[in-house]
Amino acid sequence: MSEQIVFMLQLVITGIAVGGVYSLMALGFVLIYKASSVVNFGPGELVLFGAYVAWATILQMRLPLYVALPLTLVVAILLGLVIERGVLRPLIGEPIIAVIMVTFGFASVIRGVLNMTWGSDTRPFPTLFSPEPFHLGPVPVSPVHLWSFVTVMVLLAAFSLFFRFSVTGMAMRATADNQQVAQSLGVSVKWVFALSWCIATVVSTLSGIILGSVRGGVDFSLADLGLKVFPVVILGGLDSVAGAIIGGVLIGVLENLSGGYLDPILGGGVKEVAPFVALVIILMFRPHGLFGKVEIERV
Amino acid sequence: MKCGGFRVSYRADERIFDTTVPIVTLVVFLGLLALVPGVASTYWLDVLNRIGIAVIGALGLNILVGYTGQISIGHAAFLAVGAYSTAILEAKVGLPFYLAIPVAALVTSGFGLVFGIPSLRLKGLYLAIATLAAHFITTYGIIHWESMTGGVLGFMVPPATVFGLSLESDGRIFYLIYALVVPATLVTKNLFRTKVGRAFIAIRDRDVAAGVMGVSLFRYKLLAFLISSFYAGVAGGLMAHHSRILFPDAFTLLVAIDYLAMIIIGGMGSILGSIFGAVFMTLLPEVLKLTATSLTGVYPQAFGLIASTRDVVFGLAVIFFLTYEPQGLARIWVRVRSYWTLWPYSY
Repeated sequence: MSEQIVFMLQLVITGIAVGGVYSLMALGFVLIYKASSVVNFGPGELVLFGAYVAWATILQMRLPLYVALPLTLVVAILLGLVIERGVLRPLIGEPIIAVIMVTFGFASVIRGVLNMTWGSDTRPFPTLFSPEPFHLGPVPVSPVHLWSFVTVMVLLAAFSLFFRFSVTGMAMRATADNQQVAQSLGVSVKWVFALSWCIATVVSTLSGIILGSVRGGVDFSLADLGLKVFPVVILGGLDSVAGAIIGGVLIGVLENLSGGYLDPILGGGVKEVAPFVALVIILMFRPHGLFGKVEIERV
Repeated sequence: MKCGGFRVSYRADERIFDTTVPIVTLVVFLGLLALVPGVASTYWLDVLNRIGIAVIGALGLNILVGYTGQISIGHAAFLAVGAYSTAILEAKVGLPFYLAIPVAALVTSGFGLVFGIPSLRLKGLYLAIATLAAHFITTYGIIHWESMTGGVLGFMVPPATVFGLSLESDGRIFYLIYALVVPATLVTKNLFRTKVGRAFIAIRDRDVAAGVMGVSLFRYKLLAFLISSFYAGVAGGLMAHHSRILFPDAFTLLVAIDYLAMIIIGGMGSILGSIFGAVFMTLLPEVLKLTATSLTGVYPQAFGLIASTRDVVFGLAVIFFLTYEPQGLARIWVRVRSYWTLWPYSY
């Protein structure tokens, strides 16, 4: 196989691996939006929070992994409850700008508190996998990427089953479909809101841990990666779980290919901006994305 | 003493100032403001200058978000376009500042129009996300169009000169800034007494209803973006002259969020609110800095915590105002004032 094809395949495979993490982050975003129509503009800070708490439990407190990970997730659930109860519940029914700004507000608080507690230096993250690449045909693949992809897929499958078959999952889908009907059938909408925030903080934390081990360290630039969920959810459709998963992988591949091929021509940084260019184009031509619900309103 | 509004004509109802007292107060206030550069230290002059620039920027954003209801997270990009076009027009084209700032503001307006096109199809959070994307694309352009903008290395701006007098010092640039703050405020105040301003408010309250009543959504939404970005262009041009060196880092997403916070904390859809918000957001880090300085004796690490404390206080302030006082400082001001107007018989 020629070198160019190997290069391209390598970009695609890395893209799929990174995109898997985007899917996971987007899943949290979509769940919140579906359940409570809240747009979370601080997804990056949730990821950052998860990564730092994981770092603190594993490396600072030196807990064994089987204690540290559940502990991290419990902290994440608590954060989700605090955000839902303390910040968003008082704002139910307020204009969109208020809800958007309040998510910026708590994101800023999280960033500040993390910075106060642990400072802004880069923290080494435990490498959970061997750095030695193995070969998939002619294409070298690093184990971190493979395992992160496998983890993401297992998690996404687990969540799909949860939504499909468990009573709680069905209650969440019912609420997303129609709040009033769900409530009259005995679903506690408040509880669903709280639960969707908890799931969102948990998946953000998991993506934080995966991103931390992929990059080998955590610092505040992780929060910028969180903003990539916007291209993902716009591409997939704001209220579609399947869209979040497919959108994540597509955006991951797109940014890697554009970075790989256009960086030499345009002089760097294309990877960061390409998803947002795609976002604008999608919004112009298909605002509801691939699988989103179409809303029609005309004068 | 005034104890109520008894207006018998529309003319009286539309008047900006009910009595002569606020006019006199305003003139005295502006007169005192003009004396400030003579007495204030460089530090406080710098703070006041930044407040003035923030007032113009916040007024512009309030026209778009607070009055027209079009959510924009791209205000930092407007400021950046204004600042960089001013700098380029002066350093590369050789225009004097009094031409460069208006031309740059026009360039920014054109840019704002392009930003505004998605608003014709998108509403609410979709528009917010579109402006967010536009912000990143603009920042990318500024960083990578190195031949024009200097990229991450920065861009030196020559000092503004008028009649051979260089406006290099904080004291002199102060007059330039406030000579623009005053008309910007008056124009905004008057804008909402005209047809255009009322159309903006109608679109904010319910765009479909406004459309049914014959307000051209196409025209007025774009006009709101145009006016808003013109203000941002002026504010950006002043920023270029105030800091004299431009970096892409001065126009991050956090700046756009700061401006949104200004109009939320100050009061959305309120001119006084834009001013209060600009003062609040500019003074917040300064107050924290002063507190940290006084605390260094007791708690030596205090200075290192300023940035993170600012983030926390800023976030809490935004959450607090949205939850308990959605109309912001301007509303608190009105309440306090009416309490004292009727004192001691207020209830």
